[in-house]
Amino acid sequence: MSKSLISIQDFSKEEILHVLETAKEFEQNRSQKILEGKVIACIFFEPSTRTRLSFETAVNRLGAKVIGFSDATNTSVSKGETLKDTIKMVSNYVDMIIMRHPLEGSSRYASEVASVPVVNAGDGANQHPSQTLLDLYSIMQTQGCLENLRINMVGDLKYGRTTHSLLQAMSHFNTEFVFTAPEELKMPVEYKDFLKKKGLTYTETTSLEEHLNDCDILYMTRVQQERFTDPMEYEKVKDVYRLDASMLDNVKENMKILHPLPRVGEIDQNVDDSPHAYYFKQAENGLYVRMAIIAYLLGYR
Amino acid sequence: MTRKELIVSALENGTVLDHIPAENVYRALDILGLKDINSQITIGINLNSKLYGKKGIIKIADKFFKDEELNKLALIAPKGTVNIIRDFQVVEKKKLEMPSEIEGIAKCMNPKCITNHQPVRTKFTVIEDNGEISLLCRYCEKKSDIRGIF
Repeated sequence: MSKSLISIQDFSKEEILHVLETAKEFEQNRSQKILEGKVIACIFFEPSTRTRLSFETAVNRLGAKVIGFSDATNTSVSKGETLKDTIKMVSNYVDMIIMRHPLEGSSRYASEVASVPVVNAGDGANQHPSQTLLDLYSIMQTQGCLENLRINMVGDLKYGRTTHSLLQAMSHFNTEFVFTAPEELKMPVEYKDFLKKKGLTYTETTSLEEHLNDCDILYMTRVQQERFTDPMEYEKVKDVYRLDASMLDNVKENMKILHPLPRVGEIDQNVDDSPHAYYFKQAENGLYVRMAIIAYLLGYR
Repeated sequence: MTRKELIVSALENGTVLDHIPAENVYRALDILGLKDINSQITIGINLNSKLYGKKGIIKIADKFFKDEELNKLALIAPKGTVNIIRDFQVVEKKKLEMPSEIEGIAKCMNPKCITNHQPVRTKFTVIEDNGEISLLCRYCEKKSDIRGIF
């Protein structure tokens, strides 16, 4: 069976480092037509801007052609076609499938049905491994390495899939974690147990100020309204953390602020010009990392 | 000869499933697909058991199962036992073993899981943690409590 990327846990530490090294190469030379003659499907059953555009740009910059859709309403899916049939049909046409779907586990299922590699570009609230790899790349590029860093994760640690996958991936690198979240949105027990089993340490706090000055990476997240069933609960926590330029006076010199974007109110625009702000460059890094993922899975790197 | 031995040996050939929690007998029939077969089936529910209080028993005439099929029952009857009867004699007695993976039985409890929306056969890894059994969905990667999904 061809190699797919569905969950960040599908990649070993060596594979992660290999993809990150390859991404560096693509950052230095961002047009390498190594996939000339290939066709790649980008099928998005759910809206997305950054992920879809950066995947499609990555395919184009590698010299392959893109087919696909960004909205399932004008496809056979609206006639009731099953995911299995859609994937079977598409995989007969192309060399790789990049997909996003609102249902959890849809990408794993697609990878079992498809005859070509599948890249998960987000399956509901479950996994989004290319985001995790670009987060790792951004950490590596700003800190020089991935080992022995202190990462402060802030915001919605309960529902935020990016923090969960990043935690799993960073557990290879002897990371010290700080979890900054309100009581209602604390890191779930299963992830804390995962760290304990790996012998890694973590600290929990509700105060953004407490570990602002002693972390290497400040990983901010948005409180996602769509994850709440009770609107009152959302109102209570939506503006709980607000990072402002005036709070950055005593942070470590190497400290960088990451955010998977889109942001709403958690980072004030006055932070954007600070040397610590890295989130726009982080989004750009997504391009190189996605080029590296595609090239690796197709056996070209 | 005790009464219990009489019940068991009353079958000429077949399989006796014993020590099934009384409330899970119907689920056991479901899991083994016994609702649509023609063999004679005798079911006992709420029988007194010295060891387990109330228990259930299922006797299926002229039917023998593969171990992996029977072991699916361990999920709902961790202390279940199997007696193979041939010519009125118990020729084999064994305990159910917890399988490491199960396919096609149990539903994922995550309402957003693909298996609850499309015709996808469920697959779980069985996780035992301090005697508590839970199932990890191969697709959505969520853990389901065993009590919630049968």
